[in-house]
Amino acid sequence: RDKPSAVCGVSAEARGCRGYRAGGGKVSVEVLDHLEHLALVDFRDAEGVERLQKAIQFADQLHEVNTNGVEPMDSVLEDRCLYLREDDVTEGNCTKELLENAREKVEEYFVAPPGNIPLPKLEERETFLQGSQ
Amino acid sequence: AGRGRRRASGLTGVVVRPHSSRSAHLAPWVPVVGLEIHAQISSNSKLFSGSQVQFAAPPNSLVSFFDASLPGTLPVLNRRCVEAAVMTGLALNCSINKKSLFDRKHYFYADLPAGYQITQQRVPIAVNGSLSYSLCIDNKMSQMVTKTVRIKQIQLEQDSGKSLHDDTRSQTLVDLNRAGVGLMEVVMEPDMCCGEEAAAAVRELQLILQTLGSSQAVMAEGQLRVDANVSVHHPGEPYGVRTEVKNINSMRFLAKAIDYEIQRQIEELENGGTILNETRAFDSKLGCTVPMRDKEGQQDYRFMPEPNLPPLILYDAKSLPANMNHQQVINIDWIHERLPDLPSVKRKKLVEQYGILPEHSFTLLNEDGLAEFFESVVKQTQMKPKKVIGWILKDLLSYLKQHSLTVKESPVSSFLLADLLNLLEKKEISSTAAKQVLAELWKGEGKTPLEIVKEQKLELLQDQKELEQICQAVIDGHENEVMAIKAGNPKVLNKLIGLVQKKTQGRSNPVLVKQLLEKKLSG
Repeated sequence: RDKPSAVCGVSAEARGCRGYRAGGGKVSVEVLDHLEHLALVDFRDAEGVERLQKAIQFADQLHEVNTNGVEPMDSVLEDRCLYLREDDVTEGNCTKELLENAREKVEEYFVAPPGNIPLPKLEERETFLQGSQ
Repeated sequence: AGRGRRRASGLTGVVVRPHSSRSAHLAPWVPVVGLEIHAQISSNSKLFSGSQVQFAAPPNSLVSFFDASLPGTLPVLNRRCVEAAVMTGLALNCSINKKSLFDRKHYFYADLPAGYQITQQRVPIAVNGSLSYSLCIDNKMSQMVTKTVRIKQIQLEQDSGKSLHDDTRSQTLVDLNRAGVGLMEVVMEPDMCCGEEAAAAVRELQLILQTLGSSQAVMAEGQLRVDANVSVHHPGEPYGVRTEVKNINSMRFLAKAIDYEIQRQIEELENGGTILNETRAFDSKLGCTVPMRDKEGQQDYRFMPEPNLPPLILYDAKSLPANMNHQQVINIDWIHERLPDLPSVKRKKLVEQYGILPEHSFTLLNEDGLAEFFESVVKQTQMKPKKVIGWILKDLLSYLKQHSLTVKESPVSSFLLADLLNLLEKKEISSTAAKQVLAELWKGEGKTPLEIVKEQKLELLQDQKELEQICQAVIDGHENEVMAIKAGNPKVLNKLIGLVQKKTQGRSNPVLVKQLLEKKLSG
């Protein structure tokens, strides 16, 4: 059974394959780079990385609780009834209002950059992570 | 990456012989094809919001605050979408999970404003089903074989918006009308071995969805989208690395794309290369698959439970809660009792009721409205269904195909066709004449069959005496042929029949003519 992940939602594969914890509670450069790609954050400097590692260690205290044989709870709503709505059209038709939020628009379309521009590879990027252990 | 260590055994699939010149001693290849099919649910409003579901509306006019992912909005589940998924699960012989869960699947894309899609990754609404479909062997409709593909699961999930790429201005235009529309993702296990099998399975699924009404499943309108997972391996060895093929827009391209990818992988491997676990798009113009941009590297979707939705609980007759509002309860058994006849059942009934061949029933159901047209004609005519079917499948259907018309658009109604077939059945016209009348009816000028028969003087000669005289005249005028027949060459009789037909301008009943000639020649 998966133990709750300290870093929300990082997959088991990511944890397993990438050597999530490379001894001494340190987070590997690989994982940090992966996180920068996924969440588009920038750890900026050693202090930022250190803060992340401290946060992980703090959250890891959860592992001290014995959860053998206990069904994981993923929502405090688990006993609530999921409300079912009738299939009626009750919303929409507010194009003007929605487009007020758009910095750029073309004939009632939102405008976005051309496709996903992936973060360049670690070696090609100016980041604190480059060349670190 | 890829498939891992599974051994492939007991395969029913096609085996592809290697085709490089120095490969006489190489092992054959076994292709493996799995499918992920997204079917848009046929509903008035979206899966989690009350905006309308409609194809081709002004951009961003069918978008609520929730669909645009504005802060403070919450998902509210549409009952109709759940019912559609349960119906589909039952029709595909699945176990319906009485408790299923919603999750968030995270990735960044301009047409996914929330940055995540609400889906069912952990516990979907239906699992472990099967779909039976039929294939013609060697393109002969008379030899059909039934195959089965396992359905791994069916899950409810949101559709994304649409991106229009404007490469000249280096921008993407985003329309969120489609964002949040309900989808059923049907996952088919890799039990198929080629494009033909995949296309047949998808076609049957399409018919089932249309029969249930849970999806209109029109591929051209994006209501049915298919992604194929393709790999090849040698018999007895573990499965090979698989690629995902996307952007398949029609049934025709589905088989082509899969078969191309199978060949590409075989060639790559035979030349000593490797297959990357990547996503490829099918380029219909070039007829090949190409690596897809924006899909480099492995995606990490960071699945997490959807915190705003409690588990979805479904009931059956036994577990029905006593004091709950009916509108809030979905009863699986109630839905099961009201399922319509599925295509396979309809075909069986057509064969049993009308005595037509199984392959006829396939063609009838394959064309929208054709089965109903056939049954309507049968009701209105004395001609036996076994004879009517020929007129439907050969004459009517080929006319429709030639002019790219649907059954609903046919200028010849079932009433008119039945009228014509009645004339034929009563022997008032010959079958050649009937075909002529049909060609005239096709023009849609509002004339009845009888009017056309009278206009073109196509009635069969009813006067036996006149016919006898003509037969005698032909006999008298062709001594050589008469001698040949009497000498034991019966085939020459056909020439005489033909001559009588010519003399009567096609208005003689060939069977009757043959009888008369034989009688005269034997005397």
